[in-house]
Amino acid sequence: MGFDIRMPIGMLFTLFGILLIGYGAATQGSATYAEHSLGVNVNVWWGGVLLAFGLAMIGLTRIRRKG
Amino acid sequence: MRPEPHLIDYAIILLYFAFVLGIGFVLKKYMKTSTDFFLSGRSIPAWIAGLAFLSANLGAQEVIGMGASGAKYGISTSHFYWIGAVPAMLFVGVFMMPFYYGSRARSVPEYLKLRFDEKTRGFNAISFAVMTVFSSGVSMYAMGKLLQLLLGWNFTAAILISALIVLAYTFLGGLTSAIYNEVLQFFLIVMGFIPLVYLGLRDVGGWEGLKARIANDAMVHSWKYMGHSNANPMGVEWFGMLMGLAFVLSFGYWCTDFLVVQRAMAADSMTAARRTPVIAAFPKMVFPFLVILPGMIAGVVTSSKLHDARAQEGVVASTVAQSSFFTGGKGIIPPKYDAGGNPVTADGKVVLDYDLATPMMLVRYFPSGLLGLGLCALIASFMSGMAGNTTAFNTVWTYDIYQSYINKTASDQHYLWMGRAATVFGLAISLMAAFVAKEFNNILDVLQLVFAFVNAPLFATFMLGMFWKRTTGHGAFWGLLGGTVAAATHYGLTLPAGAVPGVKGGYLGPILHVYPSEMAQNFWTAIFAWVGCFTLTIVISLLTAPRPEAELRGLVYSLTAKPEEGGLKWYQKPATLAVIVLVLLFGLNLIFW
Repeated sequence: MGFDIRMPIGMLFTLFGILLIGYGAATQGSATYAEHSLGVNVNVWWGGVLLAFGLAMIGLTRIRRKG
Repeated sequence: MRPEPHLIDYAIILLYFAFVLGIGFVLKKYMKTSTDFFLSGRSIPAWIAGLAFLSANLGAQEVIGMGASGAKYGISTSHFYWIGAVPAMLFVGVFMMPFYYGSRARSVPEYLKLRFDEKTRGFNAISFAVMTVFSSGVSMYAMGKLLQLLLGWNFTAAILISALIVLAYTFLGGLTSAIYNEVLQFFLIVMGFIPLVYLGLRDVGGWEGLKARIANDAMVHSWKYMGHSNANPMGVEWFGMLMGLAFVLSFGYWCTDFLVVQRAMAADSMTAARRTPVIAAFPKMVFPFLVILPGMIAGVVTSSKLHDARAQEGVVASTVAQSSFFTGGKGIIPPKYDAGGNPVTADGKVVLDYDLATPMMLVRYFPSGLLGLGLCALIASFMSGMAGNTTAFNTVWTYDIYQSYINKTASDQHYLWMGRAATVFGLAISLMAAFVAKEFNNILDVLQLVFAFVNAPLFATFMLGMFWKRTTGHGAFWGLLGGTVAAATHYGLTLPAGAVPGVKGGYLGPILHVYPSEMAQNFWTAIFAWVGCFTLTIVISLLTAPRPEAELRGLVYSLTAKPEEGGLKWYQKPATLAVIVLVLLFGLNLIFW
């Protein structure tokens, strides 16, 4: 009913991904990564995963609409 | 170790709120009839209904509670999922949905009215309505308390804001809004917790490393130590657990609780409705890794700051790993503190605040940025539970209480209006319950107890109703009542080890049995309740007149045509999917034996 829920889910995760990658890049090398996430810049990494997931969701909406 | 959220964390949470509200606003114009509002017009695709089915049940109690359980009992906590949920989910989908969906009942109590009579419907409707609205309140209280403890946010503000957001989107978009947001919340919880498990496991050296640090074999095996109740930390043996948890409690919840069944009833076809719980079972099997492992890890890690400080002092690495961050705590799990700021003790041992295990993990491993996502996942899990309770309540109120007993002949638009009104006053009552819980903690325990008594016999009634045509309305009603009384009686005559009579049991006077743990007592109370209800229902049914078979078509197994599965592909057949789940389940139990 209504609209395809994959679109807002996709949009939200895409935005999250962009935000985290941006913030992660801006704080690259900060002590907070050594203190928390074992030295790994999880913001950039996981932001990338979220972005990919978000785009995949939006992609699925497009395919569904064409088909 | 109080975290300092930065702007980015707040931005993430606000963005989530904006989307959740936006979805509600967009859906408002599709809410034209009461069926749209309460049942999504029965138009939801199976995969969406399936994820919502899972997510509505995923209150914060689950995310926080399973983490706490993992810290206390280890991997045996997985029994709550692999034994205590999945089989019941498969059963309700494959065997019970044909009656729930096929009868066109608009709610679980309404099925009882169609199958039995008004008084059975009334008993179920009223007890469920009260239970669900208070559960929502308990959820709110838990969330407010957590956010206050963890981040220093104001308790009242936190619960008011989340209640208002849930109110807004369920008021506007009804069940569809709740369902769509539940799907969103599901992905948020998964995406929020995967990095936590990854980082935690990496820090301890994987599953093998975790086992070595925990150094208690009973915490890392789920079945090996279930032979006797004193061999495992839970204090339960396999029979009590199988019958109590696996059968009575789990089937009692998943097969009869309208909160989850409502999502399956909203599906767009009979096969979709039957597939909904089975689809939900797939991610359900995997959730132990997301919610239990963080709890287990919390007890055996420390913060890196402490680690570096101790290393500088020359303390050996392995002892640093075992040292606790909080005095009297365990790993990064703090003790409970009393009003004076001192650790609470019982019998000379410090009482740990296990509920903080998972939140402390978030704080420990997530830098700002990801922390916002983690907090968002936590808040989302609370909100999906609240929304589930709200939509279940407003439906049962409007159809099963208001329409059945107060105003039978109003227009559909009037019931739609009443549904919206019920959304408002339902949440208001929940909020009041949350504030009461804050002041009087024991009331919470009493309430939860009463609900357990009411729930335990339920599955016996439904099972007999759906699979034995001879069950009568009188049998069902008195069986339900009798089962509830049996539960209260058994609980009143027994005690768990080390407890005093009162809210823990033994309030009827003589103590006939002492159980090794609270969990064991709960499981056996459930077993007694179920057996009581089952027996009483059969006896009274045989003594009273049944309804003519023609009236029971579509409501009972022997009088209903088998669901049509002609043109379906193999992955669309509910039974085939269920078998796949069972095989995977068996495998998981073997691996963690």
